[in-house]
Amino acid sequence: MVRSSKYAAGCLLSVEDLSVADVSAVLGLTTRLEAMPKVERAEILAGRRIALLFYESSTRTRTSFELAAKSLGATTTLVSDKSSSIEKGESLKDTGLTLRALGAECIILRHPASGAPFLLARETGLAVLNAGDGMHEHPSQALLDLRTILTRLGLDASLVDADSLCGLTVVITGDILHSRVARSNAMLLPRLGAKVLLCGPEKLLPEDALGLGEGVEIVRDFDAALSRAQVAMMLRIQKERLAGLELDLGDYISRYQLNGERLAARAPKALVMHPGPMIRGLEIAGDVADGPNSAIEEQVSHGLAVRSALLVRANGLGGFESVTV
Amino acid sequence: MSDVLILNGRVIDPVSGVDDARDVLLRDGRVAAVELPGVLKGVAAAETINAAGMVVAPGLVDVHVHLREPGQTYKETIATGTAAAAAGGFTTVVAMPNTVPVNDSVAGLNWMLDAARGSVVKLFAMPAATVGSMGGELTDFDALCKAGAVGFTDDGKPVLEDHVMRAALVAAARAGVPVSQHAEDTRLTGGCSMNAGPVAFRLGLRGMTVEAEARIVERDIRLLREIEKAEGLRPHLHVQHVSTARAMDAIRQAKREGLHVTCEVAPHHFALTDEAIGDYDTRAKMNPPLRAEADRAAMVAALVDGTVDCIATDHAPHAAHEKEQEFERAPNGITGLETALGLALRVLHKGQAMPLARVVQLMSAAPAGIVEMDGRGALRVGSFADVVVFDAAAEWSFDVAKTRSKSRNSPFDGAAMLGRVMATVCEGRVVYRG
Repeated sequence: MVRSSKYAAGCLLSVEDLSVADVSAVLGLTTRLEAMPKVERAEILAGRRIALLFYESSTRTRTSFELAAKSLGATTTLVSDKSSSIEKGESLKDTGLTLRALGAECIILRHPASGAPFLLARETGLAVLNAGDGMHEHPSQALLDLRTILTRLGLDASLVDADSLCGLTVVITGDILHSRVARSNAMLLPRLGAKVLLCGPEKLLPEDALGLGEGVEIVRDFDAALSRAQVAMMLRIQKERLAGLELDLGDYISRYQLNGERLAARAPKALVMHPGPMIRGLEIAGDVADGPNSAIEEQVSHGLAVRSALLVRANGLGGFESVTV
Repeated sequence: MSDVLILNGRVIDPVSGVDDARDVLLRDGRVAAVELPGVLKGVAAAETINAAGMVVAPGLVDVHVHLREPGQTYKETIATGTAAAAAGGFTTVVAMPNTVPVNDSVAGLNWMLDAARGSVVKLFAMPAATVGSMGGELTDFDALCKAGAVGFTDDGKPVLEDHVMRAALVAAARAGVPVSQHAEDTRLTGGCSMNAGPVAFRLGLRGMTVEAEARIVERDIRLLREIEKAEGLRPHLHVQHVSTARAMDAIRQAKREGLHVTCEVAPHHFALTDEAIGDYDTRAKMNPPLRAEADRAAMVAALVDGTVDCIATDHAPHAAHEKEQEFERAPNGITGLETALGLALRVLHKGQAMPLARVVQLMSAAPAGIVEMDGRGALRVGSFADVVVFDAAAEWSFDVAKTRSKSRNSPFDGAAMLGRVMATVCEGRVVYRG
């Protein structure tokens, strides 16, 4: 699906912006950039200005976007809601226009309100990269998760099509309701042939989730879901978004925690993933996070690589002319 | 006042049952004659409207508009809002009380209804049911009714507490006016910005459930029943902007039971679904929210089967800078006065083969009957000279850049409309010409 011309080419607001060919092009570019000598890579975005606009805290996403931009030679500036005129009541539109007036050609936005990147992209006309918007999406996370899966399963991580993940089942477990990572993965992975099982209690996983699309299934029993899966993605319970929802954590742990015993019994070979931040001892046991099945640290490394490619694409480079609007 | 002659039109008056070629003479602010073609030949009039090929109907009545004055005149004023009303064929509107300050006093009501505000159509107002619309102490219903109040509402918010709503219904029944309720259990909708369901889930937005609307409607109906039994009164509950099949079913049942319940449906709730939000388009954000297709279809069905008493716009202007915000932060509401007739004719007349006379009734006689406004909503000798002349076959598309409203927050910019207003006459004054 390709969005209308309301948005600049190079925007990544939702995984729905990307056709399968676009996904493949991003992955191919990621591989090329990774193989490039550092000096050469540092020329690609030399002289370009990239703004990181963060209305929510972040460790992985912010650092990897920033390091990616710098490794490509771009100048970056970080604006956060706590140390800027946003505190004085400046709107998102005006903040965006200000950054544009200062020469930013691309804005990386993290925001607690779902849909905020669409507003920023419409109002500024700039290439906006969604670095997580409320409960909506985290598209760069889904792309880095995809690259992690392809790499760990020994598949071609530079070229994908609609059948690349055929036969693969991914279970995403936990606080699906509040998770932008779950939405982006559940909308992206099935388009490459994967089956996505969503798992969690009704309160954190309403039936409405089935509307995310074809290839998505709800399985309430974690053991049953895990038995079918080759990849297990675990999610944190987002306390900051629970909005009065009450959970019995002891019960939650017994039903949904990925621990060594459960993994050994149900899916001893499964790839274990977590977008972070993780709460050891809650959704995932520490030994599983650190164990041989875990790809959690690799996810972070792939994040740096994939985000480099997204920045090149956002700046209208990287040979995307043929596959984007 | 000078005479207006409307010739060669097809008069549709649901009250007298006329639907035929008639000429109309307006004199001294009243309808002076409705005659077969030819009879009024030779009558001299200051102004003549040639309505050949047009429908001539009672001026439209909207029992639910927000005119934002006093206090928020950057969004709308009584003058600009009623100019938009005239352009939409409306000759009478009822202003909601959620102004700044809230219209909850005789002084506030008098100020709002004063001719100095420059209303170009007939303006009525429903003051707040509770002081400051805070849901606690009732306003002075008797004094406000004497000053012209046509009903009471805390619109924008519900009257939430059972005992307060009960007291409001009792006081309104004694005063002979309706309580107009915004049915939303706000204890269930905190942080919600659209309809609950798969679209909200995909967009990552918290959703208002069907239950939040239905629970208040069901509670209010229960109160009517209790009051009839215990007090021997017959309170009138008017349910505003019904948007869900479940609430509509409760209303249908209550009507069968013989309780005095009326309701309105807004054009956007029979024309659009929550899919219209698209990429977080704040022009499609209002409260109650756009619902799922099954609910939209249920609103259409209830309009067709007669459960719905009238169409009302919930015209709710907001400034561009307020709507240019994150979806969850943007205020609720859309403008609606200039698109109501065009949508009703397109969706109900063309789409559902609803007779023109029924559409006219839903937008004139019926709302004029819900709120006591003698002499309006009809086109017969002696009625107020409130008339809309429209071309029922004209297809056009709405251009929000041409709106008379101060605000442009409409999801219908560029949308197809059927039926174009050619002239609006209020109390014998031509207030709009298309």
